[in-house]
Amino acid sequence: MNIVVAIKHIPSIADDLPVKGNNVDFDSVDFVLNEFDEQSIEQAVLVKEAVGGTVIVIGVDMIGELDGVLHLALAKGADKAVKITGDDPAADSHMQANWLAEAIKGMSADIIFAGVQASNDLDGQIGPMIAAYLDMPYIGGVSSVEVAGNTATVNKEFASGFGAKYEVSLPMVVGVQTASKPPRYAPISKVRQVAQTMTIDKVAPTGDTSSGLSMKLMAPPVVTGHAEMIGGSSKEVAAKIVELLKSKGLV
Amino acid sequence: MSNNNDIFVIIDHMDGKFSDVSFEMVGKAKELASTFGGQAVAVVVGGGVSANVFASDSTIHVDDAALSQFNPEAYGKVIEALVKDKSPRLIMFGWTATGMDLAAWLSARLGKPCAAYVKGMSVEGGALVMTCQVYGGKMSADVAPEGDMAIAAVLAGSFPAEAGQGSTAATQIASPVSLDGLKTKFVEAIKPAGGDVDITAQTKLVSIGRGIGSKDNVELAEELAQKLGATVSSSRPVVDAGWLPRTRQVGKSGLKVKPKLYLMLGISGAPEHLEGMKSAELIIAINTDKTAPIFNVAHYGATADLFEVAEAMLELL
Repeated sequence: MNIVVAIKHIPSIADDLPVKGNNVDFDSVDFVLNEFDEQSIEQAVLVKEAVGGTVIVIGVDMIGELDGVLHLALAKGADKAVKITGDDPAADSHMQANWLAEAIKGMSADIIFAGVQASNDLDGQIGPMIAAYLDMPYIGGVSSVEVAGNTATVNKEFASGFGAKYEVSLPMVVGVQTASKPPRYAPISKVRQVAQTMTIDKVAPTGDTSSGLSMKLMAPPVVTGHAEMIGGSSKEVAAKIVELLKSKGLV
Repeated sequence: MSNNNDIFVIIDHMDGKFSDVSFEMVGKAKELASTFGGQAVAVVVGGGVSANVFASDSTIHVDDAALSQFNPEAYGKVIEALVKDKSPRLIMFGWTATGMDLAAWLSARLGKPCAAYVKGMSVEGGALVMTCQVYGGKMSADVAPEGDMAIAAVLAGSFPAEAGQGSTAATQIASPVSLDGLKTKFVEAIKPAGGDVDITAQTKLVSIGRGIGSKDNVELAEELAQKLGATVSSSRPVVDAGWLPRTRQVGKSGLKVKPKLYLMLGISGAPEHLEGMKSAELIIAINTDKTAPIFNVAHYGATADLFEVAEAMLELL
């Protein structure tokens, strides 16, 4: 079974996002693996462990720092890593999906995993776009995948605990919400070992699709309200919260 | 064909019920369509529903046995065929479990622009401008689509629902495209797992996010909740990490709650989470990140270490 995981390297939202011109100042932010891709990598490795095969992880190198992410994926059980040398921190989802689809074409993929969404999916997610470019069916919001022969059985989550089970003839693209088990931990020693012993294939980007959106403004949202902030030390904050809850009859 | 100024609203529905975002989009589409000189067309794909409930200028209801349950492949084919036939100027989807499978897919199929996380829509100088809430709600992007057709994936709660409620009679049509030979087959519906406390029925919730750091630290939240007579709930990453069961998840892919108290420890407040709790009566948020979007929504907030605050509260209760 040829299993492919398409990942996104995205600006971290843990800190402030500085603006330059009408976009994020990509030189001043850290890039991290999209959180849903951690789930997607795990689900891919779980499928490989269940039915055999190889897992190829592929992503666009946005700022020349993708190796660390790929090494981590290899340490977690992926067999091969490929980076598309985009070196364009502003590459949108359409562009990345186009490049990824072109690179994946030659991999005879039976099943392709992608994170269901990313926080910078301004023009939509790469999963359904890769499916469209490769003419494969797509299901997103997936929380478990089982493969038997040429068929994948996937559970899709809607809301409030409701969902649906589907059977799909492979090949397909799966947008992973949650892996069927929490992502495994890879010890630093293993990541280091992988970094020393395994190579990452480099592919030049092919294709010139873009989102067709012109950016007019990127800025922190205009807020209509703001919390009344409680200042002071942690103890003072705690005392004020308890006082507030008492005044409202909540404790 | 390219002069068509109609707006398609792809109606989001589940188990015969239309979600609020469907009405919100119809209301907004009416306003935009009148500016463009076109019509707001509600497009209902799927069976088992009476579609005469929208204030749209017209409603198309595509009914077929293969569409009775959501099937992204079948729904996608139907919507693509309708769009190619009618060439609307704008196609609106909800940024929902179903719309998220279709909007970007259709964009790539047609080679037309798509904006996701759409929170606002306006017309400036005759051109559509969409405001999108990206980067977990930390940034707002104004984008203008190029060309004669665009797709919008709209966040729930962005527009008033009342403007979309009405009684326009739907026109029933058969599927415009063959639905034979689908690769995707609906097998069965999955119902919510029972057996745990129902967080939607609780009056007080202590809700934890990624900031809780590890499974071991959940105990501190449990202890605080017990002292407050509350129940522990969480944002999605906590459940995805396996630290709490799925039954405790608040938000778009989890449950919608409206408690008297929603005490948030280490939740940044991404749009997906806000969808599930913004109607809570009293929202108090503790987060170390002073720019966390939750502070724009909470009634009270503190930039503080959640562990220190929780420990100190335990001593006082």
